[in-house]
Amino acid sequence: MTPVTIALAGTIELTRSILRRDRIRILVWIVAIVALAALTATGVKGLFPTQAALDQTAAATQHNSAAIAFNGPAQGLNTVGGQVAFQFGAGGMVLVALMSLFMVGRLTRGEEEAGRLELMRSLPVGSLAPTLAASLTVAAMSIAVGVLTTVALLAQGLPAAGSLVFGVSFILIGLVFGGVALVAAQVTENTRVVYGAAGAVLGAAFVLRAVGDIGDGTASWFSPIGWAQKARPFAGERWWPFLLLLTATVVLVAAAGALAARRDLGAGLVAARSGRPTASRSLGHPLGLAIRLQRGALLGWSVGVLVIGIAYGWIGPTVDAFIGQNKALAEILAGAGGANLTDSYFAASFRLMALLATGFAIQAALRLRSEETSLRAESVLATPVSRWRWGASHLTVAFAGSVILLVVAGLATGLTYGVAGGDLNSAPRLVGAALVYAPPMWLMVGLTIALIGLVPRWAGASWAILAACVVAGFLGAVLHLPSWLQNLSPFERVPQLPAQSLTLLPLVVISAIAAGFTLAGLFGLRRRDIGQI
Amino acid sequence: MPPAISISGLVKTFGATRALDGLDLSVEAGEVHGFLGPNGSGKTTTIRVLLGLLRADAGEVALLGGDPWRDAVALHRRLAYVPGEVSLWPNLTGGEVIDLFGRLRGDLNRRRRDELLERFQLDPTKKTRSYSKGNRQKVGLVAALASDAELLLLDEPTSGLDPLMEAVFQDCIREVKAEGRTVLLSSHILAEVEALCDRVSIIRLGRVVERGTLDELRHLTRTSITAETESPAEGLADLAGVHGLEIDGKHVRFEVDTDHLDAAVRRLGELGVRSLVSHPPTLEELFLRHYGDELAKQPERVDGNRNARS
Repeated sequence: MTPVTIALAGTIELTRSILRRDRIRILVWIVAIVALAALTATGVKGLFPTQAALDQTAAATQHNSAAIAFNGPAQGLNTVGGQVAFQFGAGGMVLVALMSLFMVGRLTRGEEEAGRLELMRSLPVGSLAPTLAASLTVAAMSIAVGVLTTVALLAQGLPAAGSLVFGVSFILIGLVFGGVALVAAQVTENTRVVYGAAGAVLGAAFVLRAVGDIGDGTASWFSPIGWAQKARPFAGERWWPFLLLLTATVVLVAAAGALAARRDLGAGLVAARSGRPTASRSLGHPLGLAIRLQRGALLGWSVGVLVIGIAYGWIGPTVDAFIGQNKALAEILAGAGGANLTDSYFAASFRLMALLATGFAIQAALRLRSEETSLRAESVLATPVSRWRWGASHLTVAFAGSVILLVVAGLATGLTYGVAGGDLNSAPRLVGAALVYAPPMWLMVGLTIALIGLVPRWAGASWAILAACVVAGFLGAVLHLPSWLQNLSPFERVPQLPAQSLTLLPLVVISAIAAGFTLAGLFGLRRRDIGQI
Repeated sequence: MPPAISISGLVKTFGATRALDGLDLSVEAGEVHGFLGPNGSGKTTTIRVLLGLLRADAGEVALLGGDPWRDAVALHRRLAYVPGEVSLWPNLTGGEVIDLFGRLRGDLNRRRRDELLERFQLDPTKKTRSYSKGNRQKVGLVAALASDAELLLLDEPTSGLDPLMEAVFQDCIREVKAEGRTVLLSSHILAEVEALCDRVSIIRLGRVVERGTLDELRHLTRTSITAETESPAEGLADLAGVHGLEIDGKHVRFEVDTDHLDAAVRRLGELGVRSLVSHPPTLEELFLRHYGDELAKQPERVDGNRNARS
C-alpha cells in the first residue's frame, strides 16, 4: 500500500458507522432546511399572488436598508424566485453553515476529546481516515440539502436555472463552513471552542455582507455568504462567484490537512499553558465555579452580539435617510401602528440579537446536564453543596448572562447609531428596548431547567424550541403560520420596542411563567437520581 | 460507638436491571473496610446511594447516624469521596480543583495539601486536560486526604496509579486509620485490600456474599501444600478436606481446607517430612473461588453489567 492509502484505511467503514449512529440527527437537519425552503416558496406565492403585488413589494423593498440588512441584496424581487432567495437565502445559508460546523466539530474534535478517536486509531484505521470520514459525511449532507432544495423549488414551479443556482449555493456554503470548522478543530483542544471560533467566522460573514449590501458593496466581497448571493439566483444567474467558494473550500481543507499532520492526537496547535497552583478566592463556592466555567463562553457571545449590534447601529442612519426620501412608503411599511421605520428596524434587530443570545442562555443552563453526565456534578454534590445551590449556580449565570448580552446589544447598537449620524441620546432608550427580551430569554432558561429536572434525557429539546421560535419570528409571515402558533413563541409576545409602547403585563406574565418552570425544574432536580440517567 | 455505615436490605433498580438486590453492609467506626467485587457487581451504585446521589428503592441505609438522602448536605461535611474515574474541568489546574473541593467542604488545610502534593508528586500548575489517568486520580486523592473528614468513601481510588504511588496511598490510609477515621475502600486490587483492611465484604450481583475479618475469611479457604516425604505418601486421600491431591512417588501436592489443616500436617509428619512448602490462603484465592466457581456454573450471570458482554 502507498502511504496515502494507509493514511486513509478504514474511511469507508468509519463513514458508514457515522451515518448509522447519527442518522436521526442528519435526517432532521436535511429535512428541516429543505422543508423551510419549500414552505417559503409556498408562502411567497400566497403573500404576493399577482405580478402587481410582486412589483409593489419589489419597489418598496428596493431601498429598504432594514430588510436588506437582514436578508441580502435586493435582486429579482419582482419574481417569486427572487423573493424566495431574498426571504430564505441568507437565513438558509446560515442554517446550512450551522449544520456543517456542528457536525464537523462533533465528529472530529468532539470524538477526539471524548477519547473515542484514540480507540478508533488503535484499530487498523489510517491517520487521516477519521477526518476524511467526517468531511465526507458533511459534504454528503450539504449536497443532499442543496439537491433536495433545488428539487423542492422546481416542484413549486420556479425557474430551473435559479433553482439550481440556489441549491448549489447551499451546497458550497455547507462545504466552506465545514472547512472552517475543520481548521478550527485542528487549532484548539476543546469542542466548545471549535463551535465558538467557527460560529464567529459565520457571524462575521453575515455582518460583512449586511454592511456591504447596505453600503457600496465592498464588504460583501469578504463574506462567503456575500459571494453566494453574487451568483444572483432568479435574477440573471452567474456561475463564476461559485469559483470563489470552491477555492475557499479547497484552501481550508488543505490547511486543515497540513495542520493535522503537524500535531499529536489529543493536542491542539495552541498548547495548553500552565496555570495557577492554587485557586483564587472566588473559586470556593458553586457560583464561583459556574462563573469560572462559563465566563469564556459569555465573553465570546458578548463579542458576537457586540459586533452585530455595531453593524446594525451603523446601518440605522441609512434607514433614517430612506424614510426621508420616501415618507409615504415609510408609513405603509411601518404598518398600522404608526411607528416609524427606524424604530421597527431596531425592534427587529433586537429580536434577532435576543434570539441569538438565547443560544448562550440555553447553553449556560444545559451546563447543569453536561456536568451531570460527565460525572463532574457527582464530585461537587459529594461536598456539602445542596442540589438547590448547585442548580442555582449555573442558572444564575444563565439569567444574569441574558441581561448582560441584551445590555451589550442595546449599548452597541445605540452608541454606534449615535456615532454614525443618528441621535446619540437614543442610546438609553435602545438599551431599554433590548431589555424587554429578558423575560422571553428567562422563559427559555426556565424551560431548559424544567426539562433537565423532570425529563433529563430530553434536555436538548430546548434547542428545538429555540429553533421553532426563530422560524416563528423570521419566517412566520412568509410561511403563513397561524397567529396562535406564532404567538406561542414568547419572543412574539413582548412589546416590540421601540416601535410599540411599553406594556408591562406580557413581561410580568412571561417572567412568572419562567419562574414557575425554574422552580419546577429545581424541585425535579432535588427529587431525582443524579448521574448518567 | 454506632457503626459508620449500616445498610440492610438495600434495593436499587435501573429499569429492568436490579443493580442492588437486598444488600447488607456494616462498617464500624474507625475501621478500614474492604468492599470487593468484580466490575458491575454494584459497588459504585452502593457508594452513590451512600452519597445521596441515588435514592434507595427499598431497605434501610444509615450513614454516620443520618439518612444519606435527606441529610446529604450535613453528612457531606463529615465525609470525603474519591470516585473511580475522577472527572475534572479541563481548563482548571489540578491545584485549583483541590482547593475548590477543600473550600466546598469547608476545611481546606493548605499545609496538608502541599505535603500531599509533594508525596504524590503531582504538579498543581498543570491544566487537568493534560493529566494522565493516574494524575487525575491523584487530584481526587489529594483533595480527599487533605480533608479532616471522619469518613472516606473511596471507589477504586488507585486505578491508574503506579506501584510507587500505590505504596504512598497505602501509607496515607494507615495514617488515616491511626487517627481513628473510617474508610470504605472499594477495590478489586486484592493485595491492597489485604494490606489495609480490617474487614472485607464481598459483593456479587448486588448482594454481599461473604463478610468478615481476613482471618475469618481465611477459614473459608484452603492452604496449598507441597511436600517431599521419606516414605511414599499414602493415606492422604482418605483425610477430610483434602483436595486436588497429586502424588509422584515421594512428592506430594494438595490443597486442604483450613479447618482440616491440622490433621493433614499430622499425617505428613507420620510419613517423615523432608521438605515442606505451604502457601497461606490469599484473598485472591477466596475471590477466585467465589467467582471462578460461579463463572463455571452460570457464565451468563456473573457479570452484572450487561454492556460488558455485548
